[in-house]
Amino acid sequence: MVINLLGLVLIALIVWWFWLYKPNKTIVQDNEVLIEVKDGVYSPSSIQVSASQPVTLKFMRKDQSPCAETMLIPSLEISEQLKLNEITQITLLNLSPGEHEFHCQMQMYRGVLKVV
Amino acid sequence: MVTTNTNIETESGCCCQSKAQSSSCKSKENTLEKVSHNQQLIIEGAGCASCVGKIEGALKATFGVVSAEMNFADRTVIVSGTAKTEELIKAVESVGYNAKPIDDSSATDALDEKEAADWAYYKKLMRDTFIALSLGVPLMIYSIVVGEMTVETNLERMSWLLVGILTFGVMYFSGKHFYVGAWKSFKNHSANMDTLIALGTGTAWVYSMVVVFAPDAVPLMARHVYFEATAMIIGLIDLGLALEIKARGKTSEAIKRLIGLQAKTATVVRDNKEVQIGIEQVLLNDVVKVKPGEKIPVDGVVLEGHTSIDESMLTGEPMPVEKAEEDEVVAGTLNKSGMILFKATRVGKDTALAQIINMVKRAQNSKPPIGRLADVISAYFVPVVMIISVLSALAWLNFGPEPAIAFAIVSATTVLIIACPCALGLATPMSVMVGVGKAAEAGVLIRNGEALQTASKITAMILDKTGTITEGAPKVTDIVLAKATDEKDVLQLAASLESGSEHPLAQAIVESALEKNIDLLKIEAFNAITGFGVEASCNNKALLFGNDKLMKLKGIDLTGFVEQAQSLAKEAKTPMYFAVDGELAAIIAVADPIKSDSISAIKRLQANGIRVIMLTGDNKETAAAVAKKAGISEFLAEVLPEDKANKVKELQEGGEIVGMTGDGINDAPALALADVGFAIGTGTDVAIESADITLMRGSLHGLADAIAVSKATLRNIKQNLFGAFVYNVAGIPFAAGILYPFFGILLSPVIAGAAMAFSSLTVVSNANRLRLFKAKEH
Repeated sequence: MVINLLGLVLIALIVWWFWLYKPNKTIVQDNEVLIEVKDGVYSPSSIQVSASQPVTLKFMRKDQSPCAETMLIPSLEISEQLKLNEITQITLLNLSPGEHEFHCQMQMYRGVLKVV
Repeated sequence: MVTTNTNIETESGCCCQSKAQSSSCKSKENTLEKVSHNQQLIIEGAGCASCVGKIEGALKATFGVVSAEMNFADRTVIVSGTAKTEELIKAVESVGYNAKPIDDSSATDALDEKEAADWAYYKKLMRDTFIALSLGVPLMIYSIVVGEMTVETNLERMSWLLVGILTFGVMYFSGKHFYVGAWKSFKNHSANMDTLIALGTGTAWVYSMVVVFAPDAVPLMARHVYFEATAMIIGLIDLGLALEIKARGKTSEAIKRLIGLQAKTATVVRDNKEVQIGIEQVLLNDVVKVKPGEKIPVDGVVLEGHTSIDESMLTGEPMPVEKAEEDEVVAGTLNKSGMILFKATRVGKDTALAQIINMVKRAQNSKPPIGRLADVISAYFVPVVMIISVLSALAWLNFGPEPAIAFAIVSATTVLIIACPCALGLATPMSVMVGVGKAAEAGVLIRNGEALQTASKITAMILDKTGTITEGAPKVTDIVLAKATDEKDVLQLAASLESGSEHPLAQAIVESALEKNIDLLKIEAFNAITGFGVEASCNNKALLFGNDKLMKLKGIDLTGFVEQAQSLAKEAKTPMYFAVDGELAAIIAVADPIKSDSISAIKRLQANGIRVIMLTGDNKETAAAVAKKAGISEFLAEVLPEDKANKVKELQEGGEIVGMTGDGINDAPALALADVGFAIGTGTDVAIESADITLMRGSLHGLADAIAVSKATLRNIKQNLFGAFVYNVAGIPFAAGILYPFFGILLSPVIAGAAMAFSSLTVVSNANRLRLFKAKEH
């Protein structure tokens, strides 16, 4: 009985931690944000930008794995090859309010760009 | 609107000019301060040596510049210091010149760097695999030969403790990346493949250590250790990743080949001197010299010389193309025979080759709609697998036989390990990458994944007649002599007469004479009779050229020739009469001939079950004749451009998936409305952005190739997706132990590890099969 209860609590925690919890957004102040691509995550992965100004996303890829190589923003039809140990800049102009997900080809690296 | 560029940074986040400076840079770790080190600029407008001092002076006066040295021969300047590129450009502009930065890492170099990085990562993974399997394999053999790895005596406890410590060493040295990745993802509220591997191997190791340290905490029957599973899984997954890197390298062969077409240097003539410079330093309007056997470095127009150029690498067209003055040459093509001087008209990122590379790269990374379901599943996959793992453990604990805890641990671990989000995630992009590359090799540029998918489903194909099915340029097809005279003499007189006319048909006759090296004669008293033809005199001969009405008007006897003229008309040719001194000399027929391979290409389309329809603005007789000759039963004549769009709409309303092929200019509305618009290029002069699919060569076989490669790619994607879905849908229940109640089978976590590692490798290898695809026919 106790073990079943623990199992259900564990399932609830998985649901909450991975799906329901909304992480804090990094608010871009000076038109550019540096995103580190390492160890399976984009840091920061949740970015908030203002619709009124252009924003430059600077991806710094430090992960050798080929999974980290391609970064896609499907809603903006952007796909970019990230070079290892270099910064790849993507400047976005005239963004309309909304959410744009960005991820690697296999969706293991995931992030979201919120335009307000 | 999007702009992208890259700036070189070191891993520590700052750029060091020398090793000596690297220690100070380390202190800035993670600050990622942007420092401009040695920068190279190309200077425009520097015409005299005295400019050098001015430019260097302006740069040195800029804050942060340590030194500036200009090379007048190639108009470049190397600046070292910390100033930003924009400030350097402003400084140069302030003294009256223009400057632009040179990207010192060419595409080829970048590719080499990528290959070197992949190779280093491959070696690391193989080393990790060796370490892990060095422990895992002997343990596996022990478990098979000796049997259950149980902990019952103190000696066994001590032995297994030692093995547990060694396994921890494997986890640290060979599997650290899984645990670090899993932890970082967890902190970030996300989960990935690392999460599953870390949880699976971690659970097996922790449970085994509990058995070693506190055997009394678990029932006697459940006192097994699973160190071999941890070591084997890490080893096998590292091996799978290493092999995947190797296989992935092959998927980008097409883009490597395209990038490899770029010349590295160019010989330009500046101040009457030949200078060899990097292609990134070639400026617009530079005069470039290319010898036989050399590649054309940038796009341009021939100023001097005559040669033949092999354009097959871009267009797929095997025959070399003759080039003379005023002809265009394209970067990446090979100069075969003569030396030429040409003026650079497009350089750097503007060359056709650079645009093609860019387009292919983007298309390779785009996803067709068929991959969207896999994307949605991938997004939820890992947490769902974690939940299934917990449910599976609970099921064993509640309903399983003894030792239930051991069964629960094994099934939970196996579920985590067997699930493979990578196979799902890789299924579509790997095939698209190879398919789009393969198409590019055949001179077919596919704009994106959606165009690729739709092209595979086309049921009706509309072809524009002029320039698509036909050559697009009228040519003399027949000369029927009325009496025994030399055909050359007749053509000489007719061409001399027509040289005074601007009519397109007249041009065809003049060109025919020039092709045969026939000199034109001087004509006198030229007179154009609108709607009838032309007349003039030449060497005291009265010449008359035109239609039957003109001949009747001038009293020329056509007896016996009218039937021949009608017969030519039925063959989609335009017959014209030529009379000399009041007697008919010949019937000359002009036509826009069907391209030599249009008929076989149309047959290929029809053989694929595609309904082929021809549209043309020409009259019904010509249209009917061309359609018949081309093997097309459905055609519409006297069609205006807007009617073409209406026809596309009509077919779509009838349930057809419509492809439209045209020259990309007159057919723009129809191309835009069609499900897939094909722009047919002549040579490399293509409007790359104008259509969903661009055919680099004029042949309609490109169209059949595009559809064939799309179908092959879609078939490959479906195989991959099917395999990945079936693998996960079947593998996860097996791992959870669904077969146990019926057959007493419970999958080993080691087998799950091997299956998982090789499932993504299978997907990449299947995509690689597409490299062997060859379009049928020609």
